[in-house]
Amino acid sequence: MEKKAIRVAYGEALVKLGETNDKVVVLDADLAQATMTNGFKKAFPGRFYDCGIAEADMVDIAAGMSTMGLIPFCSTFAVFAGRSYDQIRNGVCYPKFNVKFGFSHAGITLGEDGGSHQAIEDLALMRVLPNMTVFAPSDANECYACVEAAAKIDGPVYIRTARLPSPVYDPRPFTPGKGVVIKDGKDCVIFTCGIMLEHTLDAVDQLAAKGIDAALVSFPTIKPFDEQLACEYTAKCKKVFTVEEHSIIGGLGDAVASAIIGRGVETFMKIGINDVFGQSGKPADLLKEYGLTGPQIADRIAEKL
Amino acid sequence: MDIQALEAQARQVRRDIIIMTCKAGAGHPGGSLSCTDALVALYFDVMKGVDPKNDKNPNRDRFVLSKGHAAPALYGTLCERGYFGREEFDGFRQLHGILQGHPDIKKCPGVDASTGSLGQGISIAVGMALGAKHTGNPCHVYTVIGDGESQEGLVWEASMAAAHYKLDNLTVILDHNGMQIDGTNDEVMSLGDVKAKALAFGYDVIEVADGNDMKQVLDALHAPACPGKPRYIILNTLKGKGVSFMEGQVGWHGKAPNAEQAAQALKDLEG
Repeated sequence: MEKKAIRVAYGEALVKLGETNDKVVVLDADLAQATMTNGFKKAFPGRFYDCGIAEADMVDIAAGMSTMGLIPFCSTFAVFAGRSYDQIRNGVCYPKFNVKFGFSHAGITLGEDGGSHQAIEDLALMRVLPNMTVFAPSDANECYACVEAAAKIDGPVYIRTARLPSPVYDPRPFTPGKGVVIKDGKDCVIFTCGIMLEHTLDAVDQLAAKGIDAALVSFPTIKPFDEQLACEYTAKCKKVFTVEEHSIIGGLGDAVASAIIGRGVETFMKIGINDVFGQSGKPADLLKEYGLTGPQIADRIAEKL
Repeated sequence: MDIQALEAQARQVRRDIIIMTCKAGAGHPGGSLSCTDALVALYFDVMKGVDPKNDKNPNRDRFVLSKGHAAPALYGTLCERGYFGREEFDGFRQLHGILQGHPDIKKCPGVDASTGSLGQGISIAVGMALGAKHTGNPCHVYTVIGDGESQEGLVWEASMAAAHYKLDNLTVILDHNGMQIDGTNDEVMSLGDVKAKALAFGYDVIEVADGNDMKQVLDALHAPACPGKPRYIILNTLKGKGVSFMEGQVGWHGKAPNAEQAAQALKDLEG
């Protein structure tokens, strides 16, 4: 199966968007080669603004530019969501300015740069901000759709992307705020987002081999969260597992927990980064170290069942 | 508008500041009184396209109060300029009031940016000026920053970007009253030679000896732009200007006058 990093899709999507929407401008903080905004820079040099290594300034500059009718897309590493958080909160979300954030290299699969650069908290930080929409696309095709949708939303949007190449699935219909049923099932349901789709698909196969029929639902939108779909599958399967490449505190798992509490859930377990920082390593080794490979996920679910 | 009329407007805005903060029992009178002359000069004389009946006119000059805690000065100025009635003062810092503790673009007409988290306003103003250049909007962007605020690194990140992008449609105005919550700038965190710093960052700098003198303020604000450079105006001001017992007093940074003090202040501010 073709593999493509979601950050690469983000860069391609910006170029496509730039062709049809002349209000779109792109800002970066000296990481255009990594966030993949260099494609936009090349295609539309007059609409690309490097803000230097000053992420906080980039966010407020984008806020100011948005007041002139532009649609700025800010790009940097997801770990710098923390560094520019006050600007995202007060500069953009509080006044509901029309600024988009395409933050890449999220999660431990950033790899070798290590724990200082591996954002395991960005979804939590973004979810809690009023007026913010949060996307976590699970593959390149979904990322194209997220970028397109972000430009149409009047207000701040955060798009979480990954460095690691991951499978490109057949395009699925994307509606902001809606989850996607990847596979139906009756014994338990797995809720996931982002690049963990690949590994949960693997886990579903492993579980099937053990005679467990697991449903799999992906949530490319973390906020507003598709509570209805989460509740529907909770009612149907009763046993609920969440899998994310993010801290188990404040991310998808907690979004699900808030939605399904009191809805007849019999078993609930959050699988993710267990309140620890990451470290250097190859992405595949890191996934294994933190228990996020398909077989490990399947084992934990089977054990719990 | 002639200078006497502008000075009278400034006195009225200062009275508004006292009335507002006294009623609310809270607010920041000291740093509001120090920048009042600059705000009045901007809204009544300098800025183009200021129109309360068309406050979203896309080509209007923009103003960002980066030192957002001086909100009473902005509210007084906007009120006198006709953006809303004086009855709104009753709601200053109150539930459902349009005059929030710090300026809120979603609630208060005439406000161009929500500010209060120090350092952000100047950065937003840089973005506005850059966006204006990008879109061919002829507007000019003005922002008032504090000297205490200038301890925020973001002020200097924004300054670097302003020079890099040659934003000659941007004027940064430093309300240099020398004081902040915990003491003088020099006691808390010295700014050093702020003029040399501004020059080194690539600004075209004008220093105004008395930033509470309307004529001097107007001369600086009307000085022709320097092509390719953002403008930085240092206004040497007096914290608490116009109110005898507040002038030069650190303690009036974030404290409201009681009824008796307000009566004295209003007497000081009689025309």
